[in-house]
Amino acid sequence: MRQGRNIVATLTGAALAASGAASAGEWEFGGEIAGEVRYFPQSAQFPGQFDDWQPSGTLQTDLRWKSDDGKHQIVVIAFGRLDAQDDNRTHADLREGYYRYVSDSDWTLLIGAAKVFWGTVESRHLVDVINQTDGVEDIDEEDKLGQPMVKLSLLKDWGQLDLFVLPGFRTRTFPGPEGRLRFALPIDTDNPIFERNARRGAVDYAARYSNFFGNWDVGVSAFHGTSREPRFTIAPSGAALLPVYDRITQGSLDVQYTAGAWLWKGEAIVRGGQGETFFAGVAGFEYTLYQIFQKPWDLGLLAEYLYDGRDDGFMVETFGLTSEAPFTAFQNDVFTGARLAFNDTQDTSMLAGVSVDADDSSLSMFVEAERRLGQNWTAELESRLFFNVDPANLAASVRADDFLTFRLTRYF
Amino acid sequence: MFNTRSKCALKAALAATLLLSSQANAQDPSVFTDDPIAKGDTPESIKGYEIAARGDRSDTGFGDSKVSATMVLRNSAGQTTERSLSFSTLEKEDETVGDKSLVIFNSPRDVEGTALLSHAKILDPDDQWLFLPALKRVKRISSANKSGPFVGSEFAFEDFTLTELNKFTYAYVGEEEVDGMMMDVVDRFPRYEKSGYTKQKAWIDQDVYQARKIEFYDRRGDLLKTLTLSDYREYDGVWRAHKLAMVNHKTNKETDLIYSEFQFKTGLDAGDFVKGVLQRIR
Repeated sequence: MRQGRNIVATLTGAALAASGAASAGEWEFGGEIAGEVRYFPQSAQFPGQFDDWQPSGTLQTDLRWKSDDGKHQIVVIAFGRLDAQDDNRTHADLREGYYRYVSDSDWTLLIGAAKVFWGTVESRHLVDVINQTDGVEDIDEEDKLGQPMVKLSLLKDWGQLDLFVLPGFRTRTFPGPEGRLRFALPIDTDNPIFERNARRGAVDYAARYSNFFGNWDVGVSAFHGTSREPRFTIAPSGAALLPVYDRITQGSLDVQYTAGAWLWKGEAIVRGGQGETFFAGVAGFEYTLYQIFQKPWDLGLLAEYLYDGRDDGFMVETFGLTSEAPFTAFQNDVFTGARLAFNDTQDTSMLAGVSVDADDSSLSMFVEAERRLGQNWTAELESRLFFNVDPANLAASVRADDFLTFRLTRYF
Repeated sequence: MFNTRSKCALKAALAATLLLSSQANAQDPSVFTDDPIAKGDTPESIKGYEIAARGDRSDTGFGDSKVSATMVLRNSAGQTTERSLSFSTLEKEDETVGDKSLVIFNSPRDVEGTALLSHAKILDPDDQWLFLPALKRVKRISSANKSGPFVGSEFAFEDFTLTELNKFTYAYVGEEEVDGMMMDVVDRFPRYEKSGYTKQKAWIDQDVYQARKIEFYDRRGDLLKTLTLSDYREYDGVWRAHKLAMVNHKTNKETDLIYSEFQFKTGLDAGDFVKGVLQRIR
């Protein structure tokens, strides 16, 4: 492997030297390769979907360079997946590929594809709008596609200000016709529609101010551009859904108050451009019990309430209508969860959670467990289960898609 | 415990150190204000405080430092795992606050790039932020977990702020000769909340005033852990141990923290320890 690193470093170094951009600097190459299998114990709900096992493999490579003075950085992180069942899930993405200039600690300029995270709560990432969701990876919306950007960050006494220009809108990925965890009709991701002033190739803009004041951490953000969340309309063929992307303007606030073992968290957005301007919010806490049972184990307890006032209308599949706003599963929901960290040398940890729809009592549950094996391997187990799903709930289309995932990752 | 070679090195460096520290004190003797509560008012507590203060204050003026370290975790069966980390530290402005520090994990590979930023306080909980590289997420974390293990090691979070003078009250115990060095033995008692210890017993050498051994007594008053600090090296009057060996007597697990060469006055300033830098470390 070391030889492999050297070869890549040499090649890339040669390329940069040829372009005249290289000083000595420091190269780093690494990555991870993983084998994964998902098992769906229930038969598929819709024609065309596979049953039982979904094996797949992923490869991610990280290449980093930093100049000797630390002012110039290049990061290239490429990701790819091969999936045995779902052609849409076989995909590749440049997660990050950017150049960053760090001035004498006052400001930073980043040019290229990158990932940005905003927010504080755990059950939903409401204010986190910069990157498109890589929807074939998982349904938790935590996997993101690299977003092309020019980002200027100012780190001042008065806080941090980030200004974004975002060319190159990325459409969301969705499972294909053979895939599980989809709607009754598959989504035709090759034919997106842009409406309400959105158009292909439009440039998006965002700004964020963040700082902390004693025990308060606060972020205020604004976004004007193409909604990362699509609505859907039925394709003329009647056999697929077409994603519809709108131009939106969104303001958001995220806060955390840290007091002893308590973390109080909240996120809120106001969004215009998708029907009536609406408000959505998540608020809750995380409380940690340290060294339970006189062991080094920490138990974190989480509870969050989720509200979303958008008009996502009737189920488009049932009535053939296009909704005013994208569907959401979080109109009026309660999330509770627990995180157990064993604090052992292998960093063993578990996370479990339950979301209940307060209107119709539909329930979804997940469990995740993780452990390092030796120095360079990790094993992960993930499961998601749906119970008591109301036929009118968004989860109705995935109610037969309970699954268990086992993943083994080798880092290099 | 202290081999002859390092003792000789200590002696050799001693003259220069004393000269430097006495100069520093002569230049500005009023820079330190004793905390009356930490100092106490009995002869034992005042003497204990003064011994601790002498060691802690020998650190004054280090400015900032950078160092990489290897942590070797050994379980009771003798199996080891390693972690490599790098530390950046910015000296506190005065004794009413603590140092600012940034810890970056380099291995194991699955946690590579994880970083912890701390703004240490004396009696209030520290401000701490964790950077999770996979999600690019910066998360303010609770620092109430003083007594919990640091990344699965035998070091607790609170063990990294061992030399903040005013975090403790003191009681002088006496003198003891260990491996040919004269030591002052001082008991110290945490003043901050949520400590896992009722008492720490520290052996501080009389040559350069550095802690050589610390015993940690748990909430029941039983001996829980012993820390041995060795391979002290001197950098322009500032001393740093390069090997910290922690033994847990209850579990028979051990953790060695081995530092490489320290770099001082590297030009770091407060701007390198703000929350926003966590997003651009790697």
